[in-house]
Amino acid sequence: MDKSKITETEISIDKLIAQDRDELARFVEVYSPRIYRLAMKILNNEQDAEDVLQETFIKAIHAISGFEGRSSLSTWLYRIATNEALMLLRRHSPGTVSIDTPAEEDEEDQEALQIVDWSNQPEVKLSAKEVRLQINEAVSRLPLGQREVFALREIEGLSVKETAEILNVSESVVKTRLLRARMRLRQVLNDYFIERQKREVTDD
Amino acid sequence: MTENGDCCDYCAMISEFIDGELPPDLCALLEEHLASCDNCTIVLNTMKKTIELYREDEGIEDLPEGVKRRLFTTLSLSDYLPK
Repeated sequence: MDKSKITETEISIDKLIAQDRDELARFVEVYSPRIYRLAMKILNNEQDAEDVLQETFIKAIHAISGFEGRSSLSTWLYRIATNEALMLLRRHSPGTVSIDTPAEEDEEDQEALQIVDWSNQPEVKLSAKEVRLQINEAVSRLPLGQREVFALREIEGLSVKETAEILNVSESVVKTRLLRARMRLRQVLNDYFIERQKREVTDD
Repeated sequence: MTENGDCCDYCAMISEFIDGELPPDLCALLEEHLASCDNCTIVLNTMKKTIELYREDEGIEDLPEGVKRRLFTTLSLSDYLPK
């Protein structure tokens, strides 16, 4: 992430505004992997992520003259991309996309009573691939608002403030959504490792 | 949203504690609580591990080739693609 930050400062906004093709190509080159990664985390679908990626850069290049530099270029792009992702979701299923769906009250009842510290289990290392599948699957099932915060804050490494700015919510909303996402993912892994342990005992 | 309703407040603190964003007075309060609460200690350990696990898996560093080609073509920048 440090590498990309250095590159960010080297992109000339003036040249972008002048529609300098060399600079536009560099701009797309530098930022497109991040935007695609974000879109993949939010949408969990390659075609949708690609649509959002293309729309984001079409809009960004078109609107660059309006970029005032109040936020960083990447924050501005992330904002366009998250809006595009939301619009795409709404187009696909009109009337059903809410930031906080599905209902979260169920979660409270679902919490396991079994308290196990699996953080140092050797299995965590051994089953990395399976653990990843569990995580990806769980992320895709988070409510949209949590998924957005998760992708920006945890994967893209943005601060609470930047994440709040991009999503146009308060910092405390970002913190709450992040906490819920973390608790949920931790719970999923918790269940997974407990299940594994049970299986191993049975297999023996 | 916690294993133990009484510890709910601590889960929020644990999350900020992991990020190094918990104010010092609350850190002290949390540490005191952790010393006597196994459940919260486990939540701390496993949450830390969870974060570590998904951060390890950042995934896409470069665009898949086809995605990149179509993006540059859509933007009329295909002459900048590697030949």
